[in-house]
Amino acid sequence: MKLSSGTIRLIIPAASLVLLLAAVFYMQPRAMSYTGLNLLFNLAVPIALATIAQMLIMSVNDLDLSMGTFVSFCACVSATFLQSSPALGILIFLGAIATYALIGVVIYVRDLPSIVVTLGMSFVWGGIAVLILPSPGGTAPTWARWLMTAKPPLVPMAIVASILIAAVTHYIVMRSSFGVLMRGVGGNDRSVERAGWSVLGLRAATYALAGFFAVLAGIALVGLTTSADANIALRYTLLSIAGVILGGGQFVGGKVSPIGAVIGALTLTLAGSFLSFMRISPDWQIGAQGAILIVVLALRLALNRLEKREKSQ
Amino acid sequence: MTKTLKREEVVAARGVRVTFGAVKALDGADLVIHAGECIGLVGHNGAGKSTIVNVINGGLTPHDGSLTYSGREIHGISAARANGVRCVFQELSLCPNLTVGENARIMHAELKGWTWRNRALSLVETQLKDIFPGHSIDCDSTVDDLSIAERQMVEIAISFAGIDKRPKLVILDEPTSSLDAGLAAQLMAYIRKFVGEGGSVLLISHILGEILSTSDRIVVMKDGRVVADRAASEFSTRSLVEAMGNVVREQEFSRSVAARAGDAVLSMPPRRGHGLAFQAWRGEMIGLAGLGGHGQTEALLDLYLDRNSNWWPKRQREIAFVAGDRGLNGTFPLWSILKNLSIASLGQLATNRMVDRAREETLGAGWKQRIEIRTPNMENRILSLSGGNQQKVLFARALATTASTVLMDDPMRGVDIGTKQEVYEILRSEAANGRTFIWYSTEMDEIRLCDRVYVFRDGAIAAELVGEEITEKNVLAASFHEGDAA
Amino acid sequence: MSLNRLLIAKPWIWSFAATITVWIVTVLFTGGASSFGLSQAALTFAAFSVVVGIGQMFVITLGPGNIDLSVPATMTLSGTLALKLMDVQDGMIVVGLLASIGIGLIIGIGNYVLIKALRIPPIIATLSMSFIVQSVAIWSNRGLRIKPPETLASFATSSLFGIPNVALVALILSIIAWVLLEKSIYGRWISAIGQSTFAARMAGIPVDGTRLVTYMLCAVLASVCGYLLASFSGGAALNMGSEYLLMSIAVVVIGGTAVAGGNSNIPGIWGASLFMFLVVSMLNTYGFGAGFRLILTGLIIIAVILLAGGRQSLR
Repeated sequence: MKLSSGTIRLIIPAASLVLLLAAVFYMQPRAMSYTGLNLLFNLAVPIALATIAQMLIMSVNDLDLSMGTFVSFCACVSATFLQSSPALGILIFLGAIATYALIGVVIYVRDLPSIVVTLGMSFVWGGIAVLILPSPGGTAPTWARWLMTAKPPLVPMAIVASILIAAVTHYIVMRSSFGVLMRGVGGNDRSVERAGWSVLGLRAATYALAGFFAVLAGIALVGLTTSADANIALRYTLLSIAGVILGGGQFVGGKVSPIGAVIGALTLTLAGSFLSFMRISPDWQIGAQGAILIVVLALRLALNRLEKREKSQ
Repeated sequence: MTKTLKREEVVAARGVRVTFGAVKALDGADLVIHAGECIGLVGHNGAGKSTIVNVINGGLTPHDGSLTYSGREIHGISAARANGVRCVFQELSLCPNLTVGENARIMHAELKGWTWRNRALSLVETQLKDIFPGHSIDCDSTVDDLSIAERQMVEIAISFAGIDKRPKLVILDEPTSSLDAGLAAQLMAYIRKFVGEGGSVLLISHILGEILSTSDRIVVMKDGRVVADRAASEFSTRSLVEAMGNVVREQEFSRSVAARAGDAVLSMPPRRGHGLAFQAWRGEMIGLAGLGGHGQTEALLDLYLDRNSNWWPKRQREIAFVAGDRGLNGTFPLWSILKNLSIASLGQLATNRMVDRAREETLGAGWKQRIEIRTPNMENRILSLSGGNQQKVLFARALATTASTVLMDDPMRGVDIGTKQEVYEILRSEAANGRTFIWYSTEMDEIRLCDRVYVFRDGAIAAELVGEEITEKNVLAASFHEGDAA
Repeated sequence: MSLNRLLIAKPWIWSFAATITVWIVTVLFTGGASSFGLSQAALTFAAFSVVVGIGQMFVITLGPGNIDLSVPATMTLSGTLALKLMDVQDGMIVVGLLASIGIGLIIGIGNYVLIKALRIPPIIATLSMSFIVQSVAIWSNRGLRIKPPETLASFATSSLFGIPNVALVALILSIIAWVLLEKSIYGRWISAIGQSTFAARMAGIPVDGTRLVTYMLCAVLASVCGYLLASFSGGAALNMGSEYLLMSIAVVVIGGTAVAGGNSNIPGIWGASLFMFLVVSMLNTYGFGAGFRLILTGLIIIAVILLAGGRQSLR
């Protein structure tokens, strides 16, 4: 059977996830249950959505350093306006998505480095979030709460949602015409332009789509935590980048994989749960997280090597 | 002439002027392309070929003069595309991260709807089979996984393909630069077929044989103007070169019968476990020949990287490298010409690891004169130079070092004949002074300049030719498998 | 025309112009009474950003993707361990400095080993590294706040001829960095690597060696900054480095260093560092709340990059 290089690239992150999961089950057999899995992957959905948003930005060779503050901002809006006056909340989200599209346009038109512009935007989103919720509070909209705590039969909600996210984004990014053009911009924007497409429009659409998924991440996060605060998702910036990379995505060249990104997000979530199972002293929790990241990446490298050796034979 | 006048004008550029700052890239050039003809466009680097191509494909709006498609005056890339103008550029312009079929989707906006994947695949596959019968490209694979020749083939196929209507004019800018002789012949045959069916082709190539045998009409450009525009049958290689403004110099064969003193300066065991071993002696000029992409570049990289630490700077450089692909591994685009030239010899220009500007400038001035870099000021950006002059800077970079061995990776690709002759002279004199040159070239004329030639086939050295044995026939014989139908 | 060319050739002028504008606006608002104090505070706090910014700049010059996210963790660990080692004894000041330099060297080597051995992008490698370094810092700190030695603390907080000592240290480090960048072979090498790594390799530059040295340099500057900051603020705190993560990147880019690599400049880092501090203090003077302050800081960063950023397309 012939495997495309894209499929092979997916096997590696999937294998790391399975390996980590096996380690967790080995240490804590009780995790091998509906409730156990639910607990393990509890926070996976918002992280997966934020990772997808980051992946979209990375597919056009940019990087979004404002992801964490933006998701925090969205969480604050969800816990306040979206709950009290849904119409206004939706309007704010539409405005935020339009702002994302505008950022994409400005970065391209003025040829600016994305990390600096989004760095600036991270202050802006953070500031607005502080204005909305100066202290932790707010209430999650009932429907978001219901959605995130739903208990479907057999498989926990977090896993069902992850599969759904992976399937939908795989279609958009890897199969649809828009996805091809978007990745084309990442791979060689000059040839896309020469073929008569508007790179500007494509980039604006990509940014808007990323904004949309980040908004979903904010809503999902509030659905889980029931209340929000302005710093609720700050670590999502780094988590989302790490998730894309773990999932086999690359910083430049439009080489991304939505399924890989979701798997990467799951791996990162699992790593957090794994540590609490290990009863590691809180001092070393962060360090162990770093170590796990390194181990998983080393694993990926080893498997990559193996793949290459097989290819050359 | 009278016959072509009656045909439909696909594109007509008349009296076109384009200036970049003080440089007149096009100075009143005329180029009219009719349906059903193949036009060969030749000229030096900097003669204005690329500029007029950019004008015709809509990428550049002329500052003066008229540009009409089928008689209507319009501008812009999409207008040109709408009028059936397609272009295969000199640098490959596919998206490397997408599959062949997905690239076709980008180039053909008409591929809409749910089944576009299947239609895109069959479109490319049919076209590839039409142009290059017997090819073995998998259209589901990512462009990254293809060889350079395969990428070029895909790009050509995508440009010739048409869904609702076929392209009227295909511009091919050095289409055979990465193709071997067999594939190039297939492409030329297809061009004739395409033209016979009423399409037009604008063919730009440095290989004059291709131009002479394939085109109906040849346009010669020089200094931004068209200096000759006649039927192809009225030209010969000699008259073409004369029209371009170059006098064909007699080849002087001052081949040194190398006195092999002492040990080899460079050696390498047989590659991939078969074939011959590689050895080089002081003062030799060694050619690496064979069909393109048969392991010559890899051999050069191995020779170079094995002798160059990636961690510690060396006091004495013993080996230098001249890149063929300037954009990829040659120039530093942000820097001046001088900095680009001196980067490899900073060790000898520095005291206490600090660069001595005065000594650097002396070195730069010396090489500017010796290799004739055409610039008013060595402090100008490297990108202000034409391609040929950039290549000269890369030669000067390698020759300015103290390295006793210089590796060259097909460095004359896309360089005009005048520049080539100048560089050949310098190489010969440097070899006479005891430098060793290892020269991978895809051009027979250059291989003939070498003292000894290794012919590569399938990644290994298949034959060694010395002195008078170096003939086109012998090189070709060694490049192909015996009994090979090709 | 020539003014235009000057502005394009020397992009750091933008950051200085912005700095002076903000300074004047702030001083005007406070009626000129605070101009000396404001300038001193600006120089002091800018000095810390300058020191980490220079290190980050060297790394960013190496080209796309090169960035050091372990800067804040390095600062914290260096400050914590150095103060612990010195244990309020004046005689140990030099030992403490050497120790913090040593910490920087180790972290720099660690960063590059991860980048090289695991072949992962620097952003992920230095992030993983920073997690581990941060854990070591938490473990060694244990919530105790050790004071710096008396002499060191007074050195860090006093000034010479009206210029804060820390600013002088930053100035000396900047001059050394400038010479390194503009005059030395090493400076040429990192610029070449930033423009095209492969071309640099084929021109005979020891690419890995140069990159290793650069990551070490960045980590050493971060740890020296941590040592100074801990001495200045009377003790190390676990979050003392956190604001310098975004700050170190922001000052480099606002200062006119090309994020695409190969082109860097040191005066711009001073301009940007002063500017960033003055913006915050200006907003404080106007009495804005934290939310507004953040929003305006962000908008100003974007405005500056919009004004100065057009140069890339002008070529």
